Amino acid sequence: MTITQNRRNFLASSLGLVIAVSLPMRGRAQSGAALAFQPDGTDATFAPNAFIRVAEDDTVTVIIKHIEFGQGPMTGLSTLVAEEMDADWGQMRAESAPADDEKYKNLLFGLQATGGSTAMANSYTQMRKAGAAARAMLVQAAAEEWGVDASTITIANGVLTSGDKTSTFGPLAAKAAKLTPPEDPAVKNPKDFVLIGKDRPKLDSYAKSTGQAVFTMDMDLPDMEYVVIRHAPMLGGTVASFDDTEAMKVPGVTAVRQIPQGIAVYATSTYAALSGRSALTVDWDDSNAETRSSAQMMDDFVNLAASGELLVAEEAGDIDATLTDAAQVIETEFRFPFLAHAPMEPLDAVIQVKDGSAETWGGYQFPGFDKQAVATNLGIDAANVKLNVMLAGGSFGRRAQPTAQIGNEIGAIAKAAGRDGAWKLIWTREDDLAGGFYRPMTVHKMRGALDAEGNILGWHNVVVNQSIMAGGPMEQMMEDGKDPTSYEGSTKMPYDLANLRVNWVRAESPVPVLWWRSVGHTHTGYATEVFLDQLLEAGGKDPVQGRLDLLKSDMTRDRAVLEKVAAMAGWDGQKVKGNKGYGVALHESFNTYVAQIAEVEDRDGFPHVTKVWCAVDCGVAVNPNVIRAQMEGGIGFGIGSVLFNALTLGEGGNVVEQNFDDYRMIRINEMPAVEVEIIESSMDPTGVGEPGLPPVGPAVANAWRALTGTNVTTLPFKTPAGA
Amino acid sequence: MTTFTVNGEERTVDVPGDTPLLWVLRDELKLTGTKFGCGVAQCGACTVMLDGTTRRSCVTPVSTLEGADIRTIEGLDSPEAQAVQAAWTAIDVPQCGWCQSGQVVSAAALLYEIPNPTDEQIDQAMAGNICRCASYVRIRQAIKDAAKTLEG
Repeated sequence: MTITQNRRNFLASSLGLVIAVSLPMRGRAQSGAALAFQPDGTDATFAPNAFIRVAEDDTVTVIIKHIEFGQGPMTGLSTLVAEEMDADWGQMRAESAPADDEKYKNLLFGLQATGGSTAMANSYTQMRKAGAAARAMLVQAAAEEWGVDASTITIANGVLTSGDKTSTFGPLAAKAAKLTPPEDPAVKNPKDFVLIGKDRPKLDSYAKSTGQAVFTMDMDLPDMEYVVIRHAPMLGGTVASFDDTEAMKVPGVTAVRQIPQGIAVYATSTYAALSGRSALTVDWDDSNAETRSSAQMMDDFVNLAASGELLVAEEAGDIDATLTDAAQVIETEFRFPFLAHAPMEPLDAVIQVKDGSAETWGGYQFPGFDKQAVATNLGIDAANVKLNVMLAGGSFGRRAQPTAQIGNEIGAIAKAAGRDGAWKLIWTREDDLAGGFYRPMTVHKMRGALDAEGNILGWHNVVVNQSIMAGGPMEQMMEDGKDPTSYEGSTKMPYDLANLRVNWVRAESPVPVLWWRSVGHTHTGYATEVFLDQLLEAGGKDPVQGRLDLLKSDMTRDRAVLEKVAAMAGWDGQKVKGNKGYGVALHESFNTYVAQIAEVEDRDGFPHVTKVWCAVDCGVAVNPNVIRAQMEGGIGFGIGSVLFNALTLGEGGNVVEQNFDDYRMIRINEMPAVEVEIIESSMDPTGVGEPGLPPVGPAVANAWRALTGTNVTTLPFKTPAGA
Repeated sequence: MTTFTVNGEERTVDVPGDTPLLWVLRDELKLTGTKFGCGVAQCGACTVMLDGTTRRSCVTPVSTLEGADIRTIEGLDSPEAQAVQAAWTAIDVPQCGWCQSGQVVSAAALLYEIPNPTDEQIDQAMAGNICRCASYVRIRQAIKDAAKTLEG
């Protein structure tokens, strides 16, 4: 997938696909020569490393090792390269990297992967050095060409200058390509940044505003068939037997095959495949399925908080004695439901198999796993699989599959077809919502100890949920049987709590669970910041000053965002003004610090959020506009989830919410105004895709409690359809 | 066989009459700017213009479209649509982008009906279009920006 900025330039891949175009802005590569970029880079004149290609028409294409699903790596990583090359933004292009766990690995994970809000954090130095190397080689080429000393050459806006000599990148590309790349090129001092820290247009906005951006589901190949799968309705169920007689009578249905994931229906159109699937008769084996309702599961989880194996995630001081001796002990039990990611583009993939080789296209977030899964299913070597990472219509964690779920499905589909050909797999919304891999259902059982003056002396939190990492390739990241993604954010809090214990109890269920935008912080942020607010309230403390007083002295970044957001919102200690309530929350996740204040009205007994102020410290603000967008989006996503969302298993274990009519998304009329300020920083940048989310739920809940006296401890606020 | 006009061009398709327009556009006519999001008219990703008003193509059987005039994101060329798309690009409304074709179609239709909508009118007109990335703050702003552009 290539994104270019020039509406006249569009890239034709080897399959004749017309791929995206972009901004109607001034760009210099108007000639159409940028068409020449092919994914293998053979038409680039100068490719100093695995990340950059410079063509004779001056275009600079950055190979983006992270999948783009809205969080902005195409723009963000291109900015880093453009900065160090002193390029003009108009000449920049971005293209998704193919699967290559060595060349394109996430430096924090050791394999090619997008997740944990790490795209900018792990790429910051790497991509700048890649850009600096390219720059040094262009300078050297110019020095040789012009017979001048390299030190006399400057570059600005993509133009090299020495005395009266000038050149753009393109004419020097051939010469630069013959030079040896410097091993450790110097990068700029942040004070010299020209592009970093300034707003500039995103590379993909135009294509996505005109319907021209090509996603996986938009792929078309010659003689391609469309495939849908009947998955087990019960989570953990499998096929016992099936009858495809009626399905095969549907015009357009060409085949029905059993695959490990269910029954696959092949057809000449999506609608024929869907009609064929409706006509299937399948008997299911539910012997290994979850047959409890989520209400029963929640009861079990609550019992586990008292009687399960309490592993110690964090401990300080003597919490038992503190609770015994306290003037006042406050207890609250928080209950969080399963949540579905529900990316707007449901899961999908395309594959073409020919002569023992395969090529696949998809929103692959751990592409190395999926590539291997395709190979394994087809019984071929991974070297014979080409994997293309496509633009994806959202993920929020759903496509980050250690199980290579989609690679396995599309591989199984091709294998079961038993011939060469091309297939497109499409999931429906019902497949998506009922398909598991949810944010884990979670209980936080909390106790806080106050002295007679209302000071917080101790804190005890028991977290109960399933492990995301256990039982998969990520299990090796667990520590002493503990999965940190289950309780992250409930430990290492910034507050000075001398007596503290955080326990984790591992619950078990056949329901597959997965990271969901901000992972453990989705519930730990809510539980800790609402409970803290309760304790401050009980102790007669102000929510802002009380938090500031509790912060450890070295938590300067937490302090700065909290002070900033209080100033932005004009915080004056009044939690209720007229018909509006105000609540605050502070939560660091993925090394990004965010504080928010929510303004909430009571509309017919239900909260309506009218405004959210947000202060964020994510280190160097590479693209302030992207950071603001991610804070806005995280806030909307978070509000929608705490107010409306629960994925419920009904009596017997069937998923209740099957589409957006009962799995209710936040809509524009429910979206507050959002004001974001970014703390100026010279620290290395950290992520923004997830950290905007955790504080908003507790900020809204704290505002609602201030306004109405109701402390919402069972989420969502609105009773879900299945309860 | 059903014959209708898509983006000014007469098209005839031979598919079962209950086939939703969405899949006709995407699979038969290869117009993939119109997106599938829910299939039950809840999300608006599949919004197209049908005889001058917005329509969810995922629940519109092709058998009802004989002689209809359909315009998709690929064929939007009204001044309202152009202003909307320019405003969308200028303030970078899209995040993942999947819903944005539907958002743009709905926004252009709104500005055609109400050249200078209030916040409430925007919320009302756009409430049928889900954006999972919650780009709503910018959608509101971009619609106002486009309205200003059209005022001249």
